[in-house]
Amino acid sequence: MKIPLSYNIRNLWARRLTTSLTVSGIALVVFVFAAVLMLAQGIQDTMVATGSNDNVIILRKGTSGEMMSAVSRDQIGIISSFAEVAQMNDGKPFASSDVVTIINLRKKKTNDMGNIIVRGVTPSSFALRPQVKITEGRWFQQGSAEIVIGNKIHDQFENVDIGQQIRIGTKLWTVVGVYDAGKTGFASELWADADNIMLEFNRSTTFSSYTFKLKDVQDYEVIKTKLETEQRLQDLDVKREQDFYLEQSKGMATFIKALGLVITIIFSFGAMIGAMITMYAAVANRTVEIGTLRALGFQRNSILTAFLLEALALSMIGGILGLILASFMQFVSFSTTNFGTFSELAFGFSLSIRIVISTLFFSLMMGVIGGFLPAVRASRMNIINALRAS
Amino acid sequence: MSTLVEVKSVTKVYKRDTLEIPVLQNISLDVPEGEFLALMGPSGSGKTTLLNLISGIDQPTSGSILVAGTDIAKLNESALAKWRSRNIGFVFQFYNLLPVLTAYENVELPLLLTNLSKKEKKERVEAVLSVVGLADRMDHSPRQLSGGQQQRVAIARAVVTDPTLLIGDEPTGDLDRKSAEEILTLLGRLNSEFKKTIIMVTHDPHAAGSAHKIQHLDKGELTSQ
Ligand SMILES: Nc1ncnc2c1ncn2[C@@H]1O[C@H](COP(=O)(O)OP(=O)(O)OP(=O)(O)O)[C@@H](O)[C@H]1O
Ligand SMILES: [Mg+2]
Repeated sequence: MKIPLSYNIRNLWARRLTTSLTVSGIALVVFVFAAVLMLAQGIQDTMVATGSNDNVIILRKGTSGEMMSAVSRDQIGIISSFAEVAQMNDGKPFASSDVVTIINLRKKKTNDMGNIIVRGVTPSSFALRPQVKITEGRWFQQGSAEIVIGNKIHDQFENVDIGQQIRIGTKLWTVVGVYDAGKTGFASELWADADNIMLEFNRSTTFSSYTFKLKDVQDYEVIKTKLETEQRLQDLDVKREQDFYLEQSKGMATFIKALGLVITIIFSFGAMIGAMITMYAAVANRTVEIGTLRALGFQRNSILTAFLLEALALSMIGGILGLILASFMQFVSFSTTNFGTFSELAFGFSLSIRIVISTLFFSLMMGVIGGFLPAVRASRMNIINALRAS
Repeated sequence: MSTLVEVKSVTKVYKRDTLEIPVLQNISLDVPEGEFLALMGPSGSGKTTLLNLISGIDQPTSGSILVAGTDIAKLNESALAKWRSRNIGFVFQFYNLLPVLTAYENVELPLLLTNLSKKEKKERVEAVLSVVGLADRMDHSPRQLSGGQQQRVAIARAVVTDPTLLIGDEPTGDLDRKSAEEILTLLGRLNSEFKKTIIMVTHDPHAAGSAHKIQHLDKGELTSQ
């Protein structure tokens, strides 16, 4: 690196119109690239935040989600008797037996129907999921046709204000409260009394899932082995709650990533060609300079490096700009169907260090690929011909 | 005085597709150390070509060129580049300063190829800029300087590494009379005061007059006057 970087930066500045056009092209592609990754990350973050590290979820074997799962009351009795299951102050298991079903509600903005998860929960559920807090109204009363709704559903769906009624099964249920569940999947659900929901759907003995807290996080492998070897639990699956929710988001995250990346890679060819044209023009305009540098004794390598660095600087500026633009997407949140559960999920764009690194790497790659051939041309020039170009 | 440059039976033939263009035929030339030589001759006679060969930015088709004992026709490209950075100071007709660098940075450029410390570089750049009378203009960019001033910066760049040989291809060719005069005086001073050996191509008989010796190149052959 004999030729100082300031030489390249000043040349970019000297051609600021071309530079800014090229940089904008790169920035746009980088923006889309980063936004796609942030979206996929956003889904995963939401789902991972839904689970807790020290919670274990039990579902029927072979089911991908809670909808199709069944865990019987008897089985729950057996599981809760294990010593690794944490206990609450009153001696009851620190656990929740949930029953899950889906209803349709109308969206405020688009008037489309969305699938909403209704979760029947037991009283201990609130203790197990401290991230869920009532913010308006009150919790439902056990045994009554009352329902509380997640903040994201409250924001985005019609006729879900306190006092309004929602049809679930054959009955009308009254909304009595709104809860905040932060950035978790619970924020996109409706919660009601489990027994009441089961009664409505004539499934008095089977829950959808059973979630319990571990006495000690380290005990996970121990209890997993115990549960899996227990005769009467052979049809059940044991998972960390976080892993379960991560799996639920995987399909969607992968889909967004795959689609988004294919699109950005196609766009990136445009940006790379843009960078290449810019760099070829730079090389052509500076032919005499190149000849002069070579005459002064700078080696071909130095010329190659200098022009490659210039292309890298170009793409890096574009990359940083695109990333800054994309970081504003963190303030955007929206709701769509999670293909993993076929139910509504609200999530946002989430930026991580890994995304920052991959995005900058992606922009540098555009610079390297776009700048390589022009840099080679610059370095291959014959000194005399270059000097005669004036 | 010992001989610094020995051009021995040099022939240069340019090939354009299948066409062969002989430019220099069996040229021999000795330049003693401390000489100020002017090369003259009609356009297309091969003056620039000869200068390019002596300064090691081109290679002869046959023959040898010794500069301070080194046969530069035998050096490979990379070694030649290194050799140029130590031995040759270039002054071009159109100055060839890098427009985005300041006068100071332009002069410093050849020093980037040396192992001198930052402080030494600074001292050298400032010293040569004051020799050419532009110490007060070192932060100016070439665009802010007149042609004559730009050429003085270029001369500072050419001598900053203290090269064996100063090469100028029509260094006054793009300048008005007065500026040209200043450049010639400067070159004369570098030759007499700083003992620089100079080979300069010029069309201008007046410019050639500042040299000690004039050689004429015509149709690929040298004659001295
Ligand atoms: N790279 C090249 N390829 C082919 N022919 C060349 C090349 N360089 C120079 N020539 C030819 O060689 C001859 C001598 O060129 P050169 O530039 O050495 O002349 P010159 O004496 O410097 O002329 P001028 O006074 O116009 O600068 C010319 O006929 C020119 O066309
Ligand atoms: Mg010439």
